[in-house]
Amino acid sequence: MCTGIVETAEVKGSGKGPNGWFKLEEVNVSYDHPYDAPLEHALNIDFVNLKMAVGARVAVELSPESARKLAETILTTLARGEDHMKNSEASSELG
Amino acid sequence: MHRYTTDMYEGMLAETTTVQGFNGDIINAYFARPLGPGPFPGVVVIHHMPGWDELYREMTRKFAHHGYLAFSPNIYYRFGHGSPDDVAAKVRTSGGVADDSVLEDTEGSLRFLKSLPQSNKKVGVFGTCSSGRQAFLAACRLKGFDAAVDCWGGGVVMSKEELTPKRPVAPIDYAKDLSCPLLGLFGDEDQNPTPQHVHLLEEELKKYGKNYEFHMYPKAGHGFFYYDRPNYRQEPAVDGWKKIFLFIEKYLRTST
Repeated sequence: MCTGIVETAEVKGSGKGPNGWFKLEEVNVSYDHPYDAPLEHALNIDFVNLKMAVGARVAVELSPESARKLAETILTTLARGEDHMKNSEASSELG
Repeated sequence: MHRYTTDMYEGMLAETTTVQGFNGDIINAYFARPLGPGPFPGVVVIHHMPGWDELYREMTRKFAHHGYLAFSPNIYYRFGHGSPDDVAAKVRTSGGVADDSVLEDTEGSLRFLKSLPQSNKKVGVFGTCSSGRQAFLAACRLKGFDAAVDCWGGGVVMSKEELTPKRPVAPIDYAKDLSCPLLGLFGDEDQNPTPQHVHLLEEELKKYGKNYEFHMYPKAGHGFFYYDRPNYRQEPAVDGWKKIFLFIEKYLRTST
């Protein structure tokens, strides 16, 4: 079925598309038919820059389980990174 | 049913062209037609949500192979150009394409087909998934179609919460205006339309005395024609295409 379920968020960063790196402005996350993944429905993530041509897109299509793993992995990695930065700052203050 | 034999001439021309659609815009379209003076019936082939893609090029040629002037407008034209999946992703993010836009693009295609010297002035409309819904909508809201084929069109039955400015009215509410015979092909494992949705539509068509033919395939879900997707089901797909050609032959072919 075509669900039409889409969530959008502004993002800052870069993505690598078919023509190289470009500035990202938005991420669109949908739960709908994938284009390529052999699934009826997928969690589709499109990093885009709407000021550029429609091909300025970094896309992934994930199974729901994979999408959950990705979300957890991102949060875990982010937490470790932020802890690391806090600890580094604390060490430099002590030193 | 129109049949090919090994001793007959067959030729086809398939190419991109343009047509006037919504808002007077000149949009691009894919036109496949049998060669010869005709007269040939026509079919407007509305592409599905994943875009104006290779599969729809193939389906358009399939209709031409069976003797139809087959015309597939790019209903995503206004979202820009790129690979079909990139354009479809942009449309998805934009909340889909507006019903009025699709209807006018479809009407422009209908007018174009009927204007051709090789047309027999009979034209049908075909769609799958989101375009199955749009084919039904076109058959209700536009005048001039002689047959419609809705393959697993989801969102014909919509709750109030599902209505949007782009899709302001549930197509089922137009059932009383259906202006041509309708063929519907569905799978009993589909989640949209569910068998219950199909039943509701059928009740509405019965209520208004409409000419329709529905087939519900067991053990088939959404998109069972798509040979490149996991939901492909060989038997229902083969049978479904047979039913489509029997149906449109009956309502679109005129004796020559």
